[in-house]
Amino acid sequence: MDYLLRVEKSAEHGLIDFLKFLLENDRIGGVFTLRKTGADGAFDYGLIHDTALLEDAIPLHPFMPVNAAQDLSHFASMKKPIAVVIRPCELRAFIELVKRSQGSMDHFLMISYTCGGVFPFDVAVSGEPEKELPDYWESVARGQIFPKTRETCRACEHFVPMNADVTVSLIGETVNEVCIFCIHTEKAMHLAEGFESKRIEAELESPAIETLRRERQEEKKKLFENTVIRVNGLDGMIDMFGKCIGCHGCSRVCPICHCILCDFESHLFDYEPSMIEDELYRKGGVRLPTDTVLYHIGRLNHMSFSCVGCGMCTEVCPAGIPVAAIFMRTGEETAQLFDYLPGRDVEEEVPVTVYKEEELSTIGED
Amino acid sequence: MKEPFHPKIVSFLCKWCTYSGADLAGTSRMQYPPSILPIRVMCSSRVNPVFVIKSYLSGSDGVLIGGCHPGDCHYQSGNYHTRRRIAILKKVFDSIGLETERVRLSWISASEGSKFARISEEFTGKIESMGENPTKKKVFL
Ligand code: SF4
Ligand code: SF4
Ligand code: FES
Repeated sequence: MDYLLRVEKSAEHGLIDFLKFLLENDRIGGVFTLRKTGADGAFDYGLIHDTALLEDAIPLHPFMPVNAAQDLSHFASMKKPIAVVIRPCELRAFIELVKRSQGSMDHFLMISYTCGGVFPFDVAVSGEPEKELPDYWESVARGQIFPKTRETCRACEHFVPMNADVTVSLIGETVNEVCIFCIHTEKAMHLAEGFESKRIEAELESPAIETLRRERQEEKKKLFENTVIRVNGLDGMIDMFGKCIGCHGCSRVCPICHCILCDFESHLFDYEPSMIEDELYRKGGVRLPTDTVLYHIGRLNHMSFSCVGCGMCTEVCPAGIPVAAIFMRTGEETAQLFDYLPGRDVEEEVPVTVYKEEELSTIGED
Repeated sequence: MKEPFHPKIVSFLCKWCTYSGADLAGTSRMQYPPSILPIRVMCSSRVNPVFVIKSYLSGSDGVLIGGCHPGDCHYQSGNYHTRRRIAILKKVFDSIGLETERVRLSWISASEGSKFARISEEFTGKIESMGENPTKKKVFL
């Protein structure tokens, strides 16, 4: 049922108008969007009911303070629908959470956009991220990778949203002149009824999107090859995760890691002094904090097939470990075992929660 | 003279099948190598992959997971889940360059004492040919 609507305003203003329209006509109860927090370029996510507060909304700016999926799971059943403006990877992560009974799509109008990637924290909090914006939007218009975006954004081929109700077209567009919405669902069609815009005959897919997809795939290949070199074998793992200080920041910010009873936060690995002493004499030394390599291999097993490559874990790592690239690469391999793509379809079940009687016949048979 | 290598293989054995199979091998006085260090679990699906990784990183030369044959799990589907988890674990090991052959999943029923003895033999032989688990020598792991 996809069709396009065109508004003769910048993409961001067109979108804010649309959100205002939805609020003013009482079609939604609130808007979840990125907003300016202060004068120094700080930003965060906010839930807005009062239309005056939309003044500070910057829904399309290339920032990701947190992966929004975990936020959304906190208000998954409100009385009125909430319009949500998030990136394709955040939406995919939310789908992964919905599969795990951590949320529901019903109460949201999901608005996403063809995504040019986000700035790493150091650029985003530099105090003058605005300086980068003209060049950023120019790359977006050309369908090119913007070099100052996150490592995993540059390698992300899923930048056209899956499962959105509305997609704002950015890649290939002159975003300061025009705002183009693609309406995907009936829900969106009903909510948008009466919104001032022009219906146009065109498609979301474009040569710019194809160019960018090819560029990103190339970049992903390079990133993965480079990751294999950096993390290979026991020595590679020790080199890489020997730097890990065990803060668990990477799993805290990971949208997929929602388990309250995480093995690694539990007392499972709180050792008795005697166990540490035992290792001390057996090996001649002990590394502290313990189990950082175990933690990462464990997480790779528990959730890598659901990794959406949002890059949050790399952003927060104080030790400079490229966690996201590592999880994205291994995650692609573990997901492929089951033809799985995280965030593609709510009906597609999480690989470790289901099984087929006839499969994996080489494992266990002898 | 170099000490001969006697592998240690941490073995998570399902109580209903493989562990009973091991018992049967014992009561039937079948020979099998002393490398197997059995840990009884209520079902192969009780084995969190983290247990396997912890064993591996703590220097276990091999890790064996033994469960009921597909279709025979006493909790209906536990072993099907185990199979997926071990498939993922091997894929993860492979992807980060660790030796997948040190981990083995085998279906051995309570009546298959001789199969238990054979798998123990075979797996021990395989591990002997691979040599010691390199994690043993890594102090700061
Ligand atoms: S954020 Fe970095 S230092 Fe902290 S646990 Fe993760 S990898 Fe280790
Ligand atoms: S592992 Fe890292 S990149 Fe993957 S979903 Fe979690 S935070 Fe995002
Ligand atoms: S009871 Fe034996 S594998 Fe589940």
